[in-house]
Amino acid sequence: MKMTRIFAAAIAALGFAGSAAALEGDQHAPHEHHWHHDGPFGTYDTSAVQRGYQIYQEVCASCHSMDLMRFRNLGQQGGPFASDMFPNPNDNPIVMQIAASYTRVWDQDEVNDDGDPVERAGLPSDTFPAPFANQQMARASNGGAYPPDLSLIVKARTGGENYIYSLLTGYEDAPEDSHLAAGQYYNPYFAGGAIAMAPPLAEGIIEYADGTEATVEQMAEDVTTFLSWAGDPHMEKRKQLGVMVLIYLLIFAILVYLAYRQVWANVKH
Amino acid sequence: MSGPSTYNPSTGIEKWLDERLPIIRLGYDSFVDFPTPRNLNYWWTFGGILAIFLMIQIVSGIVLAMHYVAHEDYAFESVQRITRDVPFGWLIQSMHANGASFFFVAVYLHMFRGLYYGSYKAPREILWILGVVIYLLMMATGFMGYVLPWGQMSYWGAMVITNLIGALPFVGEAIREWLWGGFSVGQATLNRFFSLHYLLPFVIAAVVGLHIWALHVPGNGNPVGLEVKSKKDTLPFHPYYTVKDGFAIIVYLMIFAVFVFFMPNVLGHADNFIPADPLVTPAHIVPEWYYLPFYAILRAIDFGIGPIDAKLGGVLAMFGAIGILFVLPWLDTSKVRSMRYRPLTRWFFIFFVVAALGLGWCGAKNPDDFVLGIEGFKFIYLAKFLTAYYFGYFIVILPVLGIIEKPKERPASIEAAVLGTDKA
Repeated sequence: MKMTRIFAAAIAALGFAGSAAALEGDQHAPHEHHWHHDGPFGTYDTSAVQRGYQIYQEVCASCHSMDLMRFRNLGQQGGPFASDMFPNPNDNPIVMQIAASYTRVWDQDEVNDDGDPVERAGLPSDTFPAPFANQQMARASNGGAYPPDLSLIVKARTGGENYIYSLLTGYEDAPEDSHLAAGQYYNPYFAGGAIAMAPPLAEGIIEYADGTEATVEQMAEDVTTFLSWAGDPHMEKRKQLGVMVLIYLLIFAILVYLAYRQVWANVKH
Repeated sequence: MSGPSTYNPSTGIEKWLDERLPIIRLGYDSFVDFPTPRNLNYWWTFGGILAIFLMIQIVSGIVLAMHYVAHEDYAFESVQRITRDVPFGWLIQSMHANGASFFFVAVYLHMFRGLYYGSYKAPREILWILGVVIYLLMMATGFMGYVLPWGQMSYWGAMVITNLIGALPFVGEAIREWLWGGFSVGQATLNRFFSLHYLLPFVIAAVVGLHIWALHVPGNGNPVGLEVKSKKDTLPFHPYYTVKDGFAIIVYLMIFAVFVFFMPNVLGHADNFIPADPLVTPAHIVPEWYYLPFYAILRAIDFGIGPIDAKLGGVLAMFGAIGILFVLPWLDTSKVRSMRYRPLTRWFFIFFVVAALGLGWCGAKNPDDFVLGIEGFKFIYLAKFLTAYYFGYFIVILPVLGIIEKPKERPASIEAAVLGTDKA
């Protein structure tokens, strides 16, 4: 992330800081948290992504959809359950088992011979099931607030991972002068401070499959890592290819520079 | 400079073709044997860089269009599908989105080069004007391209910019509805923007053709600003400038690759990862960085003058900031092209660059925020001052300095300047 930051700072210094919209008012700036996938060589911590998926599934998914995710994504290259034995994620038994654990009407257009919607077990090609049929239903169940889709949440918030992590761990008792409506909670990392999401993580609400101790910080880090992966599933491939492209261009540049010196050697300019 | 052709068809096929369609001759005369001043520096490499980026944008864009769905319900998702499910779609999308920014960085450097070395002066006025036309087309193309992913900033950016047109008296509202294809930004708008976004790059390519044609009549300008006088002043384009441009292009591509592969979203806005929602206005609507100076000029005019209200005034100033470039060749009264020999104007030029960057900074900030936290010094004041300087540079400084400034002594010829036989 260091290189990213240096470049970002340089751009900001040039006055091109259009993207880095300043956080307003009393909103706390997110913590600077270290992530395994930071930096030009950083990779996702696979076990954290796996644990994060468990948290999404057991905690977040009761209110938040992930419409861009399909079960097969979990088993694709770079995904939490990727396996060299199953290069086609649709054949991956873990993925198939996760998908099959949901039985529902997946698609209103998928009908039987009588024209009725088909209820069936999920397939790896199905999208993560959404908790609500539509936005109105989601609002009705959440005191008027709409739980955003989480597929891109890390990219869709200024501050990215650090913002999500800070928000999840940043609930506080409301100060005396704050005016919270019913069903609102105080979180200084959220714009305005009043958030409709109840503190989602609490010590021990989950029992990790791999035995990791489920502290709030651990869970926040894991689920944020999972959400980062979900928003940018090809990051590892992207960085790997980037390194090779840069090495190639560097060698190419050196050769062309030498050619340039050679061509211009006897020419005054 | 486009003297008699030196092309000699050497093979039978070339001879046969040359008598029917002398296309190899055209290429040879334009890009191989073309006499080019021997003293061009690296600021002259951005033309080649721009040609490469136009091609990158067109090729990557054509591939993206094969997968993109121009529908308000599917556009956002289709772009995400491209980055997730299309093989190497993440790469093509990142190249296209970041390529737009790098295209603009190069065009701004190319334009500053022209301003500094007086590339707009006779006999290159048409060449310069065609360049401004290309720049305008790029602005339109970039704007419409940014709308296509149909995120929050896409939608609201489109809303703000099209509403500006509505500020024009009498015809504004009619033009705005015509652009929208309805009474708000919606499906019809998205569809036509997609169509035009696909069309305009080819228009740009055509105007680039004219731009190069207009370049090849008088030939390149150069850092000392003297016309080519003899063959000793020039070198053939190939291999001297193909290799120099080639090196610059590769270095530029390396910086491009750092963004494409390691920080693909740094130049974008987080809000554009939220699907467009006509009912939720983002807290700050900011355009892409390359429009920020003009956005600052637009907002700097917050006062009306006579029948022109603040909104129309802002729109006129914003378009005027580009429009004034069209008449620049006739505003600069100096006979001296290169600012190397204009000791006073040179400083005003350097401050002009600072002002342009400063306007970009103002455009990114809330007008009521304080500059560097200095109490009372709002960005709007800075933007007003820099806007005044921007126009003053063209309307007052260049015409007046051209008359009163005493230029430094210039070398006798390009060759003399290069060989140092004459004080440069």
